Amino acid sequence: MTINGTEVSADVEPRTLLVHFIREQASLKGTNIGCDSSSCGACTVHLNGESVKSCTVLAVQADEQEVTTIEGLADGETLHPMQEAFRDCHALQCGYCTPGMVMAAVSLLDEIPAPTELEVREGLEGNLCRCTGYHNIVKAVLQASGSKS
Amino acid sequence: MIPAAFDYQRADSKEQAISLLSEHGDEAKLLAGGHSLIPLMKYRLAAPGIVVDVGRINELSYVREEGDHLAIGALTCHREIETNGLVLANTGLLAAATKQVGDPQVRHRGTIGGALAHGDPASDIPSAVLALRASFIIEGPSGEREVEADDFFTGFLETALEPEELLTEIRVPKLPNSTWSFQKFNRRAQDWAIVGASVLIADNQCGVGLVNMDSKPVRAAALEGAVESGASAEEASELAAEGLEPPSDLNASTEYRSHLARVLTKRGLQESGK
Repeated sequence: MTINGTEVSADVEPRTLLVHFIREQASLKGTNIGCDSSSCGACTVHLNGESVKSCTVLAVQADEQEVTTIEGLADGETLHPMQEAFRDCHALQCGYCTPGMVMAAVSLLDEIPAPTELEVREGLEGNLCRCTGYHNIVKAVLQASGSKS
Repeated sequence: MIPAAFDYQRADSKEQAISLLSEHGDEAKLLAGGHSLIPLMKYRLAAPGIVVDVGRINELSYVREEGDHLAIGALTCHREIETNGLVLANTGLLAAATKQVGDPQVRHRGTIGGALAHGDPASDIPSAVLALRASFIIEGPSGEREVEADDFFTGFLETALEPEELLTEIRVPKLPNSTWSFQKFNRRAQDWAIVGASVLIADNQCGVGLVNMDSKPVRAAALEGAVESGASAEEASELAAEGLEPPSDLNASTEYRSHLARVLTKRGLQESGK
């Protein structure tokens, strides 16, 4: 598969989960494992441009497909506008949910470029923040979209 | 959590999928989007010897207008269905129920055929196809057959599908002038429904499918009959749980589920103009 534009190839057991492939075979540790049961969204990555929970995708299902992780968003030293907005709005506390939250938010704006606050809240329903810092996260997504909150 | 070991085969066509199923029988499970099967395998509640991945059979992902119905390919993902113009214009109830499944990430991967073939009474989508009186096209080694939604769900996680058969298409009547409502009661955003109800009124016909009100997806037949005989929403909804055996669990007792069914169907009927 291609991860962040780089070809990554490995022989793995069919039961290998995509999140383990990303962390172990590609050595990209930005994608976190949270609940490991497709509830919390910490492991969200993009598969062919759409957000998915990589704990509930087999690595073989992503064979020959394009995967983007949090490490693939920034352009060198220049942060992706969503990362910039999360920094500006202090949209993280402990940071554990942040990579998945950012990936889900980028996918949300691809589908709804100018969302309302309600659409942002509903669009992020698959991502839990145990610090309950949702308010600033929603602010950051709205800022990144250019919408007024 | 990692699933028990299994052999993996990818099918590139429906014929290849059916041939792999015929070869391996009960040992094999079909993998579409994986959002019912993979969690079960991770919890080791399912441990198939062979997983046949049909997720890349693109010929089974479509929404087409065919005469009086929409033909929806079994591998059409939830996200496509909730945003598809034909579905929104002709069968809005299905789009509304689909939009309540899981969360955006789940809806990017999960498919209508996968959700229906799982036969889960707690799933939102079966209630909508029951209310809409949809039918299912099933293909196997001996050809194709059509099964009405009422005959498809046969028991808890059991359907009319034989081990060597593949669900290929869902046919949903086009009802652009129907009124409808999807009601779901749960405690947290992405939870399964404790009880849900798909309500559809089309001319003098009433369809009501229920979520989590029996061991399989069911219609509220007594309620439907009452509406068609002219009963008010208030009167008809009293019959929502008649003849049904809702489960009792940590979330709700049998009695509470029956109560919820009455409340949700009343709201659904009222929203549908009854």
